[in-house]
Amino acid sequence: MLANLAFWAFSGVAILSALMVVIARNPVRSVMFLILTFFSAAGLFVLLGAEFLAMLLIVVYVGAVAVLFLFVVMMLDVDFTELKQGFLSYVPLGALIAIIIAAQLVMIGMTWQASEQAMALRAAVAPDGMSNVEALGLVLYDDYVYFFQAAGLVLLVAMIGAIVLTLRHKPHVKRQSVSAQVGRDPKTAVDLVDVKPGQGIGE
Amino acid sequence: MIEVGLGHYLAVAAILFTIGVFGIFVNRKNVIIILMSVELILLSVNINLVAFSAFLGDLVGQVFALFVLTVAAAEAAVGLAILVVYFRNRGDISVEGVNMMKG
Repeated sequence: MLANLAFWAFSGVAILSALMVVIARNPVRSVMFLILTFFSAAGLFVLLGAEFLAMLLIVVYVGAVAVLFLFVVMMLDVDFTELKQGFLSYVPLGALIAIIIAAQLVMIGMTWQASEQAMALRAAVAPDGMSNVEALGLVLYDDYVYFFQAAGLVLLVAMIGAIVLTLRHKPHVKRQSVSAQVGRDPKTAVDLVDVKPGQGIGE
Repeated sequence: MIEVGLGHYLAVAAILFTIGVFGIFVNRKNVIIILMSVELILLSVNINLVAFSAFLGDLVGQVFALFVLTVAAAEAAVGLAILVVYFRNRGDISVEGVNMMKG
C-alpha cells in the first residue's frame, strides 16, 4: 500500500520534472529539474529493490553529471533568451513526433507478453537472503569483470578526451618547470664576475 | 488502489523517453538542453532495464544498467567539453552553425 503510494509519487514527480527540464526558460532551472528527475528515478529504483543503482544514480548523476551541466551553463556567457526564440514554432512538430512515438510504444505494450521460457533463461538469478549490493557485486566481479574493466577504460578515455579538448596553454602565463629547476647546477646558475674597483658591473 | 506491476514502470519509462525526444525537437537551438534530453532518454532506458531485472529476478539487467550509466556519464563529459570548445571558437552555442566544424 505504502509502496504503491510511493510509486505514484515518485513517478509523478519524475514525469513532471522531466517535462519542466525541456520547457523551462532558464537552463539553470532545467538542470535543477534534471536533478529532481534523477532523485525520483532513484526512488523508483529503491522501490524495485535495486538499492545500489539508486545510490549510484544519486552519486554519479546528481554529484557529477548535473554539477558538470551546472558549471557549463553558468560559465558560458550565453544569451539564453535568444536561444529560446522559435520555441513555440517547434512545439507542433515536436508534439506530433512525441505522440507518434508514444502511440508506437503503447501498441508494443498492448501486444507484448513475456516468453514462456523467460524464467528458465535467466543468466544470474538473484540469490535469497543476500543484499542487493552483495549479489550485484558477486555477479559483476565474477561473470562480468572484463566488461567492468572495459567500462573503466571508457571512463578513462572520456576523461583524457575532455582534458585534451578543453586544455589550452596561454602564452603569457608563467609556469613552473620542475625539470628545469631541478636540472640547475652551479655551472649554469652561478656566474663569477671580476668587478674592477670603482666601475660596478654595468649592463 | 491498483497494484503496481511491471507495466506501470514500463509506462513511466516510456513517458520519460517520449519527453526526452520531445525535448530534442523543441529545443532545437540549445545544445545544453539537447544533452539533458539525451540524459533523460538514457534514464528511461535504465528504468526499463531495472524494472525487468526486478520482476524477472535476474541481476544481469542491473549490471547492464550500470554500464549504461557509465557510458552516459562519459558521453556527458565529452559532450560538454566539445560544447565548451565550440563556445570558445564561435561565441555562442547555437546548433545551426555546427556545420562550420566539418573539415
